[in-house]
Amino acid sequence: MNNNLIKGNKFEWETIIGLEIHAQVKSKSKLFSNSSTAFGSKPNSQVSLVDAAMPGMLPVINQYCIEQAVRTGIGLNAKINNYSVFDRKNYFYADLPQGYQISQYKYPIVGEGKVTIDFKDGNSKDIRIVRLHLEQDAGKSLHDQNPTKTYVDLNRSGVALMEIVSEPDIRSADEAGLYINKIRSILMYLDTCDGNMQEGSLRADVNISVRKPGDDYGTRCEIKNLNSIKFIKQAINYEAKRQIEILEEGGTIEQNTLLFNTSNGKTRPMRSKEEAHDYRYFPDPDLLPLDISQREIDKLKSSITELPDDRKKRYVNEYNLSNYDASVLTADKYVSDYFDDVINTDKSLKNSSKIVVNWITSELFSILNEKNVEINKSPITPKYLGRLIKLILEDVISGKIAKDVLIDMYNTKRDPETIIDKKGLKQLTNTNEIEDIVKEVLEENQKMVEQYLSGKDKLLGFFVGESMKKSKGKANPKILNEILKAKLSKKN
Amino acid sequence: MEFKSISELQSLLNDKKISVKEIADTYIKKIKEKKDLNIFIYFNEDKIYEQVKNIENFSNEKKLKAIPIAVKDLFCTKNMPTTAASKILENFHPTYESFVTQRLVDMGAMFVGKTNLDEFAMGSATNTSYFGNTINPLSEKDIPLAPGGSSGGSAAAVAADLCLGATGTDTGGSIRQPASLCGVVGIKPTYGLCSRWGIAAFASSLDQAGVFSKNVTDSSILLEEMAGYDQRDSTSSNVKIPNFSKELNADMSGKIIGIPKEYAVDGISDEINQVWEDAIKSLEKKGAIIKKISLPHTKYALPTYYIIAPAEASSNLARYDGVKYGFRADDSNSLDEMYELTRSEGFGKEVKRRILIGTYVLSAGYYDAYYIKAQKVRKLIANDFVNRFSECDFILTPTAPSAAFPLNEKQDDPIKMYLNDVFTVPASLAGIPGISIPYGSDKKGLPLGIQILGKHYNEQEIFNAAFALEKDYE
Repeated sequence: MNNNLIKGNKFEWETIIGLEIHAQVKSKSKLFSNSSTAFGSKPNSQVSLVDAAMPGMLPVINQYCIEQAVRTGIGLNAKINNYSVFDRKNYFYADLPQGYQISQYKYPIVGEGKVTIDFKDGNSKDIRIVRLHLEQDAGKSLHDQNPTKTYVDLNRSGVALMEIVSEPDIRSADEAGLYINKIRSILMYLDTCDGNMQEGSLRADVNISVRKPGDDYGTRCEIKNLNSIKFIKQAINYEAKRQIEILEEGGTIEQNTLLFNTSNGKTRPMRSKEEAHDYRYFPDPDLLPLDISQREIDKLKSSITELPDDRKKRYVNEYNLSNYDASVLTADKYVSDYFDDVINTDKSLKNSSKIVVNWITSELFSILNEKNVEINKSPITPKYLGRLIKLILEDVISGKIAKDVLIDMYNTKRDPETIIDKKGLKQLTNTNEIEDIVKEVLEENQKMVEQYLSGKDKLLGFFVGESMKKSKGKANPKILNEILKAKLSKKN
Repeated sequence: MEFKSISELQSLLNDKKISVKEIADTYIKKIKEKKDLNIFIYFNEDKIYEQVKNIENFSNEKKLKAIPIAVKDLFCTKNMPTTAASKILENFHPTYESFVTQRLVDMGAMFVGKTNLDEFAMGSATNTSYFGNTINPLSEKDIPLAPGGSSGGSAAAVAADLCLGATGTDTGGSIRQPASLCGVVGIKPTYGLCSRWGIAAFASSLDQAGVFSKNVTDSSILLEEMAGYDQRDSTSSNVKIPNFSKELNADMSGKIIGIPKEYAVDGISDEINQVWEDAIKSLEKKGAIIKKISLPHTKYALPTYYIIAPAEASSNLARYDGVKYGFRADDSNSLDEMYELTRSEGFGKEVKRRILIGTYVLSAGYYDAYYIKAQKVRKLIANDFVNRFSECDFILTPTAPSAAFPLNEKQDDPIKMYLNDVFTVPASLAGIPGISIPYGSDKKGLPLGIQILGKHYNEQEIFNAAFALEKDYE
C-alpha cells in the first residue's frame, strides 16, 4: 500500500482522518413536510407552514426518506436499526426556523458498516462506517443580496439529509478522495442521493489529526462544510501541515471547528471556545420513535439491484478488465450504465471490452467534456455507439473515419449507418477499385517509385498516404498495403 | 336571555323561535356587557356577523349549528388573530385553522372570540397574559378573583354565559383547574384524542385540547366533534371516537371507584375534603363500590412535571425569534442581539422563567440528572394508574386545592402558583383523561370541583360518572 507518511522538518507524521458526509436524500418532498425539494427554484417558493415553523405546526415523517436511508444503510453493508429516535438539536440561527434541527442522536437509523476503496496498484482498503442518521437540512442565509441586510431562503429548510460518519480509518487526502467517491458512487447506484456536489447535495466535514506512527491519536480539528473533492484534499493537506508545524515547534493543537477558505487554501477557526454550542439534544416529543420491522428491511434489501462492488467484480470476471479499470469505470453509475448498454448492443463487443472502454473514456468523453454534457444526457445513445464500434470491428469503416462519424452522430443524433451511407464513408474493400487508385498514384509519382525501387523502403508510407487521400480515407488499410506492396514488387 | 344547553338552543333554532342572527345579537350583547372581565383577547362583532351568513346556509342537521363557542387564543384561527397571550405573537394572523377549531367550524359552530389565557398557557390564574388578567365572573365587586388558568378566559366565558362551550388546552391542569374555579364542566381527554395541529405548542408530550361547557352533556357533544385522528399530528390516536352524548349513562351500580389516599394532602381545606366525601357518598348511594387505592408516586408528579414541561417549552418556544413572524425588537446590531432583545421584550416573566428552567435541565451535565430522571419517574406515575385501573373503573379526587383565590394572591410566588396543579398534573403525565365538574361550594359560596380520572380512551366512563354526580344538583 502507499506510504502515506508526511515528512515534517523533524519527524514523519501520519494523518488520521474521519469524514462526516452529508448527503441530501433523493426524494420528491422534505423529511417532515410535503414541500418540494427541487433545487434552484425561486427563493421561499417551496416552504410549507411546517418548514417555516409556524405556531402549532407539526412534523410528519416522510416514509420514503426512511426507506432511502435504509437502502443506503444496506449499500454501506451496515446494520439497520429496527428502533431509532428523532431528537431535537437546539440552536438559534436565522435559517433554522424551528430553533432546532430534528436529527438523530442516541439512536440512529443505521449502525456500523464498511466500504472498500481501490487503489491504482490493485490494492484495496476497508473504511469502517460508524453510523448513518437522518436529519433536516437548514435554509440558506443570503448575505450578498443587500449591503446591510441578510435574507433567508427556506427552500432547503427541512430537506432530508443522511449524515454518514466514518471511523478515523482514512490516512491521506487521496484516500479521503477515494472514500468520498466511493460513497457517492454507492448513493448514486442506490438512487438515494443525486451526488451533485456543486449543488450541495453532497458535502463533508473532515475530522483531522496527526501523530507519529504508533502513537495515540492526537487532538483533532474539524473542517466544516466542504463541497468538492478538490477542496477536501486541499483542506486536508493544508491542515495536516499546519498541525505538524505547530507540533514540531513544540506547540499543542487546540481542538477547534474550522472553515476552509477556498480562495487562499487555508483553514481558520469558525468560532471561539466560549461560543461552543450546547445543543441540548432530547427526543422530539412531536414524533414517535421509528420502528422498522425486519420484513420491511428484507423487502428493501431485495429491491436493491447491482452495487458498484458487484458490478466491478462482474466486469473483472466477464470482461477481463483489471480491478482498477473496473473500479474507475463503475465509480460513476451513469458511465457504467452507459458501458453496459454499449456492450450489450452486440455479442461481438463482449470480447472487445477494452476497445469499448477506450471509445467511451477517450473519444466520447472528449466530445462530452468539450460540450460540457453529462454522459446520461449524451445525444449519442449507447446503442449507436455500440453499432459504430461494431462497424469498426467488422472493417466497415476505419477507426479514423469513425471518429468523424462520432462527431456527426453527436451533432445530428443520427445512427452511424445513416451517416456512413449518406456520406459514402464505407471502407473500400473492393480490390479492383483500390488497385485503380494505387495505379493512379504510382503513375503520378514515377520519380518516387524509382527512388523506392532503388532502396528507399520508407517511401511506402508516402504511397499509402497518397492512396488513402485519393480514396478519401475509405480504403481498407490492410488491403491497400497488400496491393501497394504487390504492385511495387512487380515493378521491380 | 340565557340558554342552558346546546340542545335547548338547537330546538329553538329548529322551531324557528330564534334565528342565527338573533343568537349572534344575544351573545354580542352579553359579551359587551361583561367587557370589564377581560375574558376575550379578540372580540369583533363584524367577524361574528360574517359567520352568521355562512352558518345560515348550514343544514339544521349540523350538530353544532349556530352554537356560540369561545376559542382559547392558543388555537390558530384563520379569521381571527392568534396571540397565545404573548407580545411576541401580537398581531399574528394565521393563514390556517387548527384541526380542532376546523372541526367545530365544519359542524356549524359560531366563534364569538378568542379567550384570554396565561402566556403560552404557562400559569394557573390567567395573570401571566400580556393582555392583563381575566376576572372570574363569580367575583364579588370589591374582591376580583382569579378564574384559574391557563384556560381561564374560556372557563370564565362559559361561567359568564358568553358562550355555550369553549375550547381549552390542558398541559398540567389548564382545563380542569379553571373549570373548578369558575364552576363549569371541563374535560381533558386522553393525550392524542384531539389533534394538536394548529395549537401553539407549550409542552408537546402533555398538551391536549379539551372543552368547557355548562353541563356534562354539552361537553360530551363538543368533544365527540372535536376529537379524531389527524395524520398531520404523529401523536394523534387513530381510535374510533364513541358517540359520547348518546351513550351517556348515569347508572353507577357495580362501578368500582378508586379513592387515592395520596390526594388527601396537607393544607387542603376541610370544605374541599367535605365535598370530596359528599361525592364519594353520592356515588356509593347510586350503587358504586368505593375502593381505597394508593398511587405511590403522586408526590413526585409536580417536580416531574416542572422539569418535563419547561424542557419541551424551552425548545418549542425557540421558533419565536423575530425572524419570520410576530414581534421583532428594533435597533439591534447583530443577529444575536436581535434574538436577545426580541425574546427579552417579547416574552413575559413566567415564560422566560420556564425557558430558563427548561434550558437548564436539558443542558450538558444536567440532562441525565433532571430530564432523564423525570422521564423515568413519569413512567412510574403512569404505571401507578395503569396498575390501579386493573381494580377500579375510575378515580375520584378534588380538582384543585382551593376555590377561586383573589387575583393578587400567589402572584409573586411561582411555587405557590405551581401548587394549583397538584391534583391535575399526575393525569397529564400519565396521558389519561380527566374531567372536572362543579360539586358543592365553600363557605363564601364559591364553587368547588371534583375530578374524575379514567383509563386511556375511556372518556365515556368519566362522562358517565360526571353525569351521575351532576344529577345531585338538578
